[in-house]
Amino acid sequence: MDRKFAIKDPLAESRLFLSRIVAAFILILFLIAGLVVRLVYLQVVGHEHYATLSKDNRIKISPLPPTRGVIYDRKGRMLAENVPTYSLELIPEQIENIDDTLLRLQKLLDISEEKIDLFQKQRKRNKSFTSTPLLQNLSDEDVAKFAVVRPYFPGVDVYARLVRHYPYGDLASHVVGYVGRINEKEMQTLPLAKYRGTNHIGKTGIEKTYEEHLLGTAGYEEIETNAQARAVNTVATVEPVSGSNIYLTLDIDLQKIAYDALSEYNGAAVAIEIKTGGVLVFASRPGFDPNPFVSGITGKEYKALQDSPDQPLYNRALRGQYPPGSTVKPFLALAGLEYGVTEFNHRLFCPGYYKLPNVDHKYRDWKKGGHGMVDMNDAITQSCDVYFYDLALALGIDKMHAFMDKFSFGRKTGIDLVGEVDGLMPSKDWKKHYRSQAWFPGETLITGIGQGYTQATPLQLAHATATLASYGKVITPHLVHSIISADYADMIGGKADALIPLKTQNVENIIKGMTNVVHGSRGTAGRLAKAITYQIAGKTGTAQVFTIKQEEKYNEDAIDFKMRDHALFIAFAPVHDPQIAVAIIAEHGGHGGSVAAPIAGEIIDAYLNQKKDAQP
Amino acid sequence: MRTEMRNEQFQPPSLLGNLLRKLHIDIPLFIGLLLICATSFVILYSAGGQELPLLIRHATRMGFAILLMIVLAHINPRRFQTFSVALFSVCVLLLLAVAVMGQISMGAQRWLDLGFFRFQPSEFTKISAPMMVAWYLSERALPPKPKHVLGAATLLIVPVLLIAKQPDLGTSLLVASSGAAVLFFAGLSWWFMLGIVALLASLTPVLWHFMRDYQRNRVLTFMNPEADPMGAGYHIIQSKIAIGSGGINGKGWLGSSQAELDFLPESSTDFIFAVFAEEFGLFGCVGLLVLYLLVISRCFYIAVQAQDTYSRLLAGSLAFTFFVYVFVNIGMVIGVLPVVGVPLPLVSYGGTSMVTLMAGFGILMSIHTHRKLLPV
Repeated sequence: MDRKFAIKDPLAESRLFLSRIVAAFILILFLIAGLVVRLVYLQVVGHEHYATLSKDNRIKISPLPPTRGVIYDRKGRMLAENVPTYSLELIPEQIENIDDTLLRLQKLLDISEEKIDLFQKQRKRNKSFTSTPLLQNLSDEDVAKFAVVRPYFPGVDVYARLVRHYPYGDLASHVVGYVGRINEKEMQTLPLAKYRGTNHIGKTGIEKTYEEHLLGTAGYEEIETNAQARAVNTVATVEPVSGSNIYLTLDIDLQKIAYDALSEYNGAAVAIEIKTGGVLVFASRPGFDPNPFVSGITGKEYKALQDSPDQPLYNRALRGQYPPGSTVKPFLALAGLEYGVTEFNHRLFCPGYYKLPNVDHKYRDWKKGGHGMVDMNDAITQSCDVYFYDLALALGIDKMHAFMDKFSFGRKTGIDLVGEVDGLMPSKDWKKHYRSQAWFPGETLITGIGQGYTQATPLQLAHATATLASYGKVITPHLVHSIISADYADMIGGKADALIPLKTQNVENIIKGMTNVVHGSRGTAGRLAKAITYQIAGKTGTAQVFTIKQEEKYNEDAIDFKMRDHALFIAFAPVHDPQIAVAIIAEHGGHGGSVAAPIAGEIIDAYLNQKKDAQP
Repeated sequence: MRTEMRNEQFQPPSLLGNLLRKLHIDIPLFIGLLLICATSFVILYSAGGQELPLLIRHATRMGFAILLMIVLAHINPRRFQTFSVALFSVCVLLLLAVAVMGQISMGAQRWLDLGFFRFQPSEFTKISAPMMVAWYLSERALPPKPKHVLGAATLLIVPVLLIAKQPDLGTSLLVASSGAAVLFFAGLSWWFMLGIVALLASLTPVLWHFMRDYQRNRVLTFMNPEADPMGAGYHIIQSKIAIGSGGINGKGWLGSSQAELDFLPESSTDFIFAVFAEEFGLFGCVGLLVLYLLVISRCFYIAVQAQDTYSRLLAGSLAFTFFVYVFVNIGMVIGVLPVVGVPLPLVSYGGTSMVTLMAGFGILMSIHTHRKLLPV
């Protein structure tokens, strides 16, 4: 018979089944016997051992938190370090009545209700035998006060702990960021295994962006403790692995020069090392002291920072979106040359205003009487608006958008810092999509002088300047120079990420115009040229104020004073071997040439002198 | 007819007996299950911090599960056979839906939310997978030929992989073992089984060779949880202390210090056996194991008594899977098996597994109480 159509044999099948049931039953008996043997081993042979562990001694596993990686500047100065401080901690398991203990502690030391709340929340996350901090940064006096009454507080003790400290305070607060206590929302999403014993997490800046590297790996200790919960014997220890140290490209000396030079102005300064994309200066003024955030800032302090009209928490260099004003002119001039809609020698008469055909409205130049006959070089040097109205009209908004986009206007530069914003470089599509309106020719004109919808961050301006200085080589700006741990060193950046195809002659012409801004007889930043032995290429800008967009409330009384224009300046130097690109924004500083340019000059000078000194 | 008459003579004419027979309930099995459930209440009261609401929730779920068991016991096993393919297909589709929804929400997902209630299709698969394989093999001559073994394996691999991907390794293993059990009871050749074991053993080093470091680490932690004493290993260490300190006689009911002091995590769910062992000692543990063994024995008896291949295979598989449940959970709690999330059947707190288990017993009772008693 064909095997394919084998006939079922019920009798044989049921006999087979019975034998299999018997086999399975034997297997089950065998395995259950195995379980019993193991139970006998645990409950009879090992009973005494485990009973001791259970009754008098208990094995506890206590986490050993890793030391957080240190953040250095490019010259190895500590921007974020770990310093030992005294912290008052409670081990809930050893305290009979926590509420009573907290009340008594409050009578003894100055502990706010907020701190108590925070402690209670944290306690719920931790295992009951984990030491949970209540108060940090105890003064010597407080430590002494507690030492006297310590016997009356079982389960409460003062420990020396490593706490994050930012020695430079407000100077680099926006770059380095800060760590803070892990909050409830974070608790729900964090891999808790990694954070055992760790109470802090990076909240902003490099601390947040590079959290994974800085954190390290937790270790643990298996401790045998007696009935009084005192450790009597360490059974095993797995050492924690410290987080990686991070070296920034930032130069804290230059950062200080920029920060001080901004002096009374709110604003930002960004400087980029052109050849590597490393950010040398990333200053946003005013800054804030990040140190109170580490131990838990009080609601009052935080509210004061948030409600301040100067908005110190706001990272202007990264997130401040300003109309770039005339600083866009060199880029648009280059666009005109590259698209072939104009020539470097193209001349035009500037009467002080510009009119669209068949429209009465006059688009004014910043100079009332006009600049007279100007070519592109003059137009950049003197920042002639009329010349650029005409150029913008010739280019059209979409070409302007397409070209500026390559220089990262209107999109993130990709810097390694959380929270970067896009800025805005308008186009017809953008307006249709977001405003549901058609594009008007007049809007093309004002886009030509960096007004209207256009918005850029200081970082974007510095990055675009660096890109121009390197003839279209786009290097993503970065703040981290290297990540160094016990096992590896990771260098970051330095390679070109893209190349914008540009004609060398065109770029040279634009740079010539920018050089004349500083060194030409009628340049808008002429005063810069006096004290230097090398050449700077730059461009001033003055942005009409519509104040930066933020959610915070605005102080009505201050508006009058704050109607002054923003002063902008972009520059790179030296012209023939570009090393450093800079962008400055001084809010309500008035004119770019008189306020912003000197700040850029100080940074560039300090940087180039440093380099000169460093060479033998 | 004679048999039936004889049967009547042997049955005590009690009111309860009549009622239970009408309910299609198999009395020995039912008593065994009730004893386990009673144990569950006793230990849960202690492990759950002596909270009455917890017990009430547990009782509600148990009541629902028992009701489902009785309902299923009323359905003729022929129906189960007819619907095997449809049930299995629905299960696979639901698993696919869960996988797709999990993809969309970018996270692990086991639940399917139907608005009015949520359930885990993977739980459902624990029953529908052996039904499917039993249906597939019962249509063919046994012992199964290699191509039919392959066919059954192909049927199984889809849900097993889908569940493993959720990721729910415990359930995935249980589904795989329930299908494998059907094959075993169908008479899968010993040589074949030996071959599979040998193949897997020889493949391991090859697989190991191709794994990346972090994958190897994961496997190592899985095999040896004590390498991660802050996580899985913590459970094992504390669980061993609890069990060991119980000794031969145990610390007595409500005497578990490890659970009370919060040393023992998951004390009312996956690790409830540790609390049981601490309070009732070796005697209690052996007693509970014997109780489980009695239930399994009765199920095997039902399987042997079954009158068609489908019923036999399904009953054998359900009984064996119940044992696998017990073994994997206790093995994990006493530290001889890796930690996979499998509850102690009918004892652990938690509704889903109880419902599936009771459904399985309902099918077993249906098989047993729908036999045709032929004249000898």
